[in-house]
Amino acid sequence: MKRKVLSLALMGTALATSAYAQEATLTIESWRNDDLALWQEKIIPAFEAANPGIKVVFSPSAPAEYNAVLNSKLEAGSAGDLITCRPFDASLALYEAGHLTDLSDLEAMGNFSDVAKSAWQTDDASASFCVPMASVIHGFIYNKDAFNELGIEVPTTEAEFFAALDKIKEDGTYIPMAMGTNDQWEAATMGYNNIGPNYWKGEEGRLALIKGEQKLTDPQWVAPYATLAKWGAYLGDGFEAQTYPDSQNLFTLGRAAIYPAGSWEIAGFNTQADFEMGAFKPPVQNAGDTCYISDHTDIGIGLNTASENQEAARTFLSWVASPEFASIFGNAVPGFFPLSNTPVELEDPLAKEIVGWRDECESTIRSTYQILSRGTPNLENETWGASVAAIKGTESPEALGQQLQDGLATWYAPHQ
Amino acid sequence: MQTRRIRWHIVVFLAPAVLVYTAVMIFPLFNTLRLALFTEVDQTRIYVGLQNFRTLFFDPIWSEQFWNALGNNFWFFLIHMLVQNPIGIALAALLSHPRLRFAALYRSAIFIPTILSFVIVGFAWKLILSPLWGIAPSMLDAVGLKSLFAPWLGKEEYALTTLALVSVWQFVGIPMMLIYAALLSIPEEILEAGEIDGITGASAFWKIKLPLILPSIGIISILTFVGNFNAFDLIYVSQGALAGPDFSTDILGTFMYRTFFGFQLQLGDPHMGSAIAGAMFAIILVGVCIYLFGIQTRMRRYQL
Repeated sequence: MKRKVLSLALMGTALATSAYAQEATLTIESWRNDDLALWQEKIIPAFEAANPGIKVVFSPSAPAEYNAVLNSKLEAGSAGDLITCRPFDASLALYEAGHLTDLSDLEAMGNFSDVAKSAWQTDDASASFCVPMASVIHGFIYNKDAFNELGIEVPTTEAEFFAALDKIKEDGTYIPMAMGTNDQWEAATMGYNNIGPNYWKGEEGRLALIKGEQKLTDPQWVAPYATLAKWGAYLGDGFEAQTYPDSQNLFTLGRAAIYPAGSWEIAGFNTQADFEMGAFKPPVQNAGDTCYISDHTDIGIGLNTASENQEAARTFLSWVASPEFASIFGNAVPGFFPLSNTPVELEDPLAKEIVGWRDECESTIRSTYQILSRGTPNLENETWGASVAAIKGTESPEALGQQLQDGLATWYAPHQ
Repeated sequence: MQTRRIRWHIVVFLAPAVLVYTAVMIFPLFNTLRLALFTEVDQTRIYVGLQNFRTLFFDPIWSEQFWNALGNNFWFFLIHMLVQNPIGIALAALLSHPRLRFAALYRSAIFIPTILSFVIVGFAWKLILSPLWGIAPSMLDAVGLKSLFAPWLGKEEYALTTLALVSVWQFVGIPMMLIYAALLSIPEEILEAGEIDGITGASAFWKIKLPLILPSIGIISILTFVGNFNAFDLIYVSQGALAGPDFSTDILGTFMYRTFFGFQLQLGDPHMGSAIAGAMFAIILVGVCIYLFGIQTRMRRYQL
């Protein structure tokens, strides 16, 4: 009797597993926990409707911990089938360690330009290991009501920008600019790399720096720090201890007029703020100068070599590369702009305004991301500290440039 | 001559504890130390001997961070020794006063923060001290001392001390409880005998009670030392892995985490991370040995 029950139970499990095997479940590792609802409600249902038999689970972790968590999971073999890729070296290291599959043979990769793919390729571009998903664009988001109230025109040059800040400060109703230095990365990402491309002329300067033709002590790399030094006076009281969520709240509560932004804020701001928002691109030095924007390749998605569902995962990745996904993603997550060659019609006015800068300005990516943050000291982390020091005024821009250059020169051959 | 019988039951009784302890403590510890002797070149692990430690102590890029973290760690420890333990002893002395009312209530209230998670403590204090929404600035404002307020967690010169004091607030209950227990175990007769000799009140505390609780204070000091040099959570929760501003709150724990697991664009380096963990282990081991052999053996014990 007992044996019979046991064999029945075993048969039951066997049946269950075989039924399960036909239905592949793909798990996606991601740091975008803010997008959980959008994946569950829009993106995944759209895919599952078109591909019966494949189930997709979106399983994000906290952004600050993602890299550490993912690396441990991959080492332990417990990571999901699909890996959301950080741009450049973090993902390149995963590819070189054999955790990401070479996707160059994926037909749908043809939907992307070389620039879009560059963030997830080996240095010689022979292998692509992640499907590009989206980029983020830097600029400034402002409170339209506040600007109307105070009669301020949207600034296009640096002089106008600081004049506007002065006017807001004089009036006193609003904090001129919402940014804090407690978490450090905003100062570098939304400060230095936001306004910087106008000084170092985007790709021209960035590539010259990588080749060693320009140095971080050159005026075009030091000047952004001098400009950041002027920001300190316009930030809120106690900005030294103001965190990133503090800044977001200050702006969406309508207490601050200007927010140095990345476009990823749009979705959150749309639900939080009850005033009309506009955006302006990083101001140029003189009216009529070519403008440069940081249009940073930020998210890709790759395939875990240890995945047991390679076929299903490839189906999903091909779908991610399709115009259909681009249109769903671009509209579901406004502020993450699809990289595919087919233009996508965006509905969100703020997102549309920002993506429009691509036609007016030259695009570049963040200066520290490609190759330059490979060694110790890490240039990206150093830039965080330097940008904070510039804003607080604890060190002169020239000293900061020298410090970063010295750090880079210790390990990067083209600068030695 | 009779051969000594092996007493198997001792082995049998010890085995479970030894096996479990070896699997979860001793093996990982020595494996970490072993990892520190390797490095990775082109995806293969190679043996480099003490090279990682040489880098850590003598390469200016690494040693500057290491000494900064170690210095901060000593400051963190010093604040605990100077603030947490005296306050803990004072509270215990007050609580053990026989005529104090509501002693049980105070005891629980002071001990409760100890059982809270670091995440809650870090987050709550961050909110309390926030220059934007915190109650610290408005409370100071209410008594006309707004000018004393500063964004403490964001200033290089104050951040570490502030966090050390937050940690003191959280853990002051532990020395209090241990000392309280020691004070209660002092027999009434000794105090009465002292009273007959004319030693009462404060001098009874200094001359009779304090010498009797010194061994407990020694244990508390060493617990504080080990706890502080292994600290990580509070700093990580409130300042992040970069331990800002400008590494002013970086202690060995955060330095080790950042190196071992990587941070943002910085890739993790388990081998250098293990070297730091090894250095932490050595520092704690030396500290504990100094205490055990240098202080505890010389401490006078009284027969009660």
